[in-house]
Amino acid sequence: MLVVLFLPLVAAVVLSLISSERISAHRTVALMTAVVTFVLSLPLYWLVDHSRSDFQLVINSMWIPSLDAGFRIGLDGMSLLLVLLTTFTMPIAIGASVGIITKREKEYYVMMLLLETAMIGVFMALDMFLFYVFWELILIPMYFIIGIWGGQDRIYAAVKFFLYTIVGSLLMLVAIIWLGWYAQTVTGHFTTDFLKLRQIAPNIPLDVQRWLFAAFALSFAIKVPIFPLHTWLPDAHVQAPTAGSVILAGVLLKMGTYGLIRFNLDFFPQSSLEFAPLLAVLAVIGIVYGALVAMVQPDMKKLVAYSSVSHLGFVVLGIASMTSEGIQGAILQMVNHGLSTGMLFLCVGVLYERRHTREIAEYGGIASVMPRFAVLFALAMLASVGLPGLNGFVGEFLTLLGGFRSPFLNSWAYSIIAATGVIFAAVYLLWMFQRVMYGSAVNPANAGLHDVTKQELWTLVPIVVLLVWIGIYPRPFLATSAKTTDAIVQKVLEYSVPQQITSTRGSVSKSTTLGVRP
Amino acid sequence: MMNEWLLASPIIIASFAAVVALVVDALTPRSEHITYIFSLGALGIVLCAAIATVPFTGTAFGSMIRVGGVASVFDVVFTVGAILTIIASRPYIAARNFEHDEYYTLVLYATTGMMLIAHAENLLITFIGIEVMSLSFYVLAGYFRQTIRSVESALKYFLLGAFATGFLVFGIALVYGATGSIEFRAIASALDSNALHFPRLLPIGIALVIVGLGFKLAVFPFHQWAPDVYDGAPTVVTGFMSTAGKAAALSAFIPLALDLFPAAASSVQTVLAVSAAATIIVGNVAAVVQQRLKRMLAYSSVAHAGYMLIGLAAGNSRGLSAVVFYAAVYLFMQLGAFIIVALLERDIERSITLSDCSGLSSHYPVLAALMALFMFSLAGIPPMAGFFGKYYLFASAVEAGYTWLAVVGVVGSMVSVYYYIGVVVFMYFKEASAEYPSATVTTAERVPLAFSAAMVLLFGVAPAMFESLVSSFWK
Repeated sequence: MLVVLFLPLVAAVVLSLISSERISAHRTVALMTAVVTFVLSLPLYWLVDHSRSDFQLVINSMWIPSLDAGFRIGLDGMSLLLVLLTTFTMPIAIGASVGIITKREKEYYVMMLLLETAMIGVFMALDMFLFYVFWELILIPMYFIIGIWGGQDRIYAAVKFFLYTIVGSLLMLVAIIWLGWYAQTVTGHFTTDFLKLRQIAPNIPLDVQRWLFAAFALSFAIKVPIFPLHTWLPDAHVQAPTAGSVILAGVLLKMGTYGLIRFNLDFFPQSSLEFAPLLAVLAVIGIVYGALVAMVQPDMKKLVAYSSVSHLGFVVLGIASMTSEGIQGAILQMVNHGLSTGMLFLCVGVLYERRHTREIAEYGGIASVMPRFAVLFALAMLASVGLPGLNGFVGEFLTLLGGFRSPFLNSWAYSIIAATGVIFAAVYLLWMFQRVMYGSAVNPANAGLHDVTKQELWTLVPIVVLLVWIGIYPRPFLATSAKTTDAIVQKVLEYSVPQQITSTRGSVSKSTTLGVRP
Repeated sequence: MMNEWLLASPIIIASFAAVVALVVDALTPRSEHITYIFSLGALGIVLCAAIATVPFTGTAFGSMIRVGGVASVFDVVFTVGAILTIIASRPYIAARNFEHDEYYTLVLYATTGMMLIAHAENLLITFIGIEVMSLSFYVLAGYFRQTIRSVESALKYFLLGAFATGFLVFGIALVYGATGSIEFRAIASALDSNALHFPRLLPIGIALVIVGLGFKLAVFPFHQWAPDVYDGAPTVVTGFMSTAGKAAALSAFIPLALDLFPAAASSVQTVLAVSAAATIIVGNVAAVVQQRLKRMLAYSSVAHAGYMLIGLAAGNSRGLSAVVFYAAVYLFMQLGAFIIVALLERDIERSITLSDCSGLSSHYPVLAALMALFMFSLAGIPPMAGFFGKYYLFASAVEAGYTWLAVVGVVGSMVSVYYYIGVVVFMYFKEASAEYPSATVTTAERVPLAFSAAMVLLFGVAPAMFESLVSSFWK
């Protein structure tokens, strides 16, 4: 646990001590660290017992006694999946940067490794204070990655990203302090211990609970991003370097949805029920709006960025349904989106490196000059569309099912409208693919492009393996998070009003098993 | 209990050293700058004495001063600030051909004044301390006497400062009239037993004391002097004034917040809370539009005084220890930032603007990294020390029932993030301009910078070390 968390940080410190002239040393150390961290994180999958819903491998040591803020980390099924997603994404992101990033390489790799520690920390933290520290720590490296190594309008994008995020998270800070103080009034001790707070928080009077829910939700909604707080995302994605976009889409956005499940649902089940329809409505708007805007983008990267808004709408819809299927689907969809959208960004990066443009109109007929690339790109695109047999289908299906059957949303409309997002996704992604890859190579600049290099293959193929694996046999992934999901759904049910329990008990008890079924 | 002379040794040594420094200055050849060495040595001894006396508490000299405990912690803060300032000042004032030994003596005197304030157990001592500190600052602010802005700064500071002193001394007189004493303990017991001679004078007296101290701390609505004075004074002096000077004014507030205010009227807390909120808003909003780095830092230092006032307004033990914690942390991050500004403008004789920082990271990677560290810490981004300071302060506000004040605090922080990361934008994301201010970094600047940065990180990684020490004084 500790090694996985801190190895990248240690490597970052080591890197910053190596002279900046030794570029190949920097590349090797950074890449090796990321790979080793991934390999070391794999045993965690077996160390965490999937048949339990509590936190495991817990490390609990005191940090600030007077405020009972501790260095407390641990894993359950859900955070395990996201930690693995992070450690899986990082070697790919760093591998995709070698040779592409040419200025200030040393600082770049230091920032990347710093980012990795912070992201793993967010998913492992079992203390609100520690969580907040990691949460904010992410801002600094990401801010530099966009601002220094980004595109034309990188400064605007970096500042916008930073300000948006900090506005949300500072309000969350007040909510965290308030929770700690509330614990003091109840138990006599100020604390930010997640395990203690989750016992206390649900009993907070509802009028205050709504405010706390809103403070947490705002912070997470900005990160996800949920419509209408999504406007930073296209800027950040388009301006960030390819690896930055991969991490943004792959991991950073998941922190928002993770926070919604982990903290909002767990701390404030009653307010969650109240806010569920609002979240669902915003999610559905995000799905449709993101898809419609993506359709008209002339820029490939922007198109993929808006597709993120749309895809994460499904995740939020799944969460808002508060059913086992929905949340299971949401968790799986987080992983799926990280893989398929990350891969789409990589593919766009591959094209960009050859032509230095992302305009769809500049391309055409690429499939005939880059046949191997065409296959990979097609796979990423189809996974993102949600073609059965690839990963995207499973997640989207479960979230839609959750929205459909949710006793709390109590309407089919959400899922029906959301399902149009799947159709739109097929439209904009297939259409883009057609315009870029097929047709005749009218533009002479495209005639001599070389096919994917070995380096690019190394970054793309591992993702393809997972895309297919999850698509065909998602059970190991679903089973990992099943117990966590059940525990959360149970908690929400306990706090829902009595008549809802009686009317829905039947469907819920059925659904708890369904989540695990492949 | 230990001998009171030993316990009072930090302040005794500091006072004597200041006097002796004058003599040393007069008797040694000016070219050799013996006073520089002497001041550093003296402050080093004071620092050791202060650290040694931290575990003890008590009063000395007929209950005129408090010794040990919080007072010693403040001594450490002041002397460390003074040592860093003296070391970093030397290349700066030497570059302007202004290295006169009085400078070091004045810093020594100012430090002694600050220590008196922190040690005061008696309103008169508070007053004397404030005067010693302020008079030294008036001179230091106008130290570059050929520069119009420096002279203007000194004059403005002096006129307004004298005015504020009037309020303070009048307030002390009224408190004396109401309670029959100027000793904190006697005042407190008079308030407890309700044995007041002229009860109506008390609120007025307290209000005037708050005005006087509020002026020194530069809190709303008595903050207008601060940006001009901080902007005009020599940059190294500004660094010292806006950090250690503020800490000193706070140290005067703390015993009053403990003994005087709560017993007098609960409305005092509300007044402080409102003032804190207004200070945070005004300081941060005004800092956003500044082009000159120094002026931006000057306005932001107003905002930071507001943050510290939150802890005083909360008035609980958590709040008071948070104030001490923040004062220490603030010293390192703000002083560090000012030393960098001083370093950049040392050889070009004009104020550094934001656009002067363009591309700093490619010419001076270490300097830019340190500046970024200080900026992120001032903005309150974890894991830098500034964040933990704010966390303690906001937690104390929530505990005292001032959740709205914590919200104002974080909103202020959001605004401050904008201008602090603005500096980083220029340093890292923009290309260098043609007429780039080139500076050679000397050891005299490297040492205080490295030390400040190390402290900002140390207080961030292990905040509990210092905080648990401080909070033990109010248990």
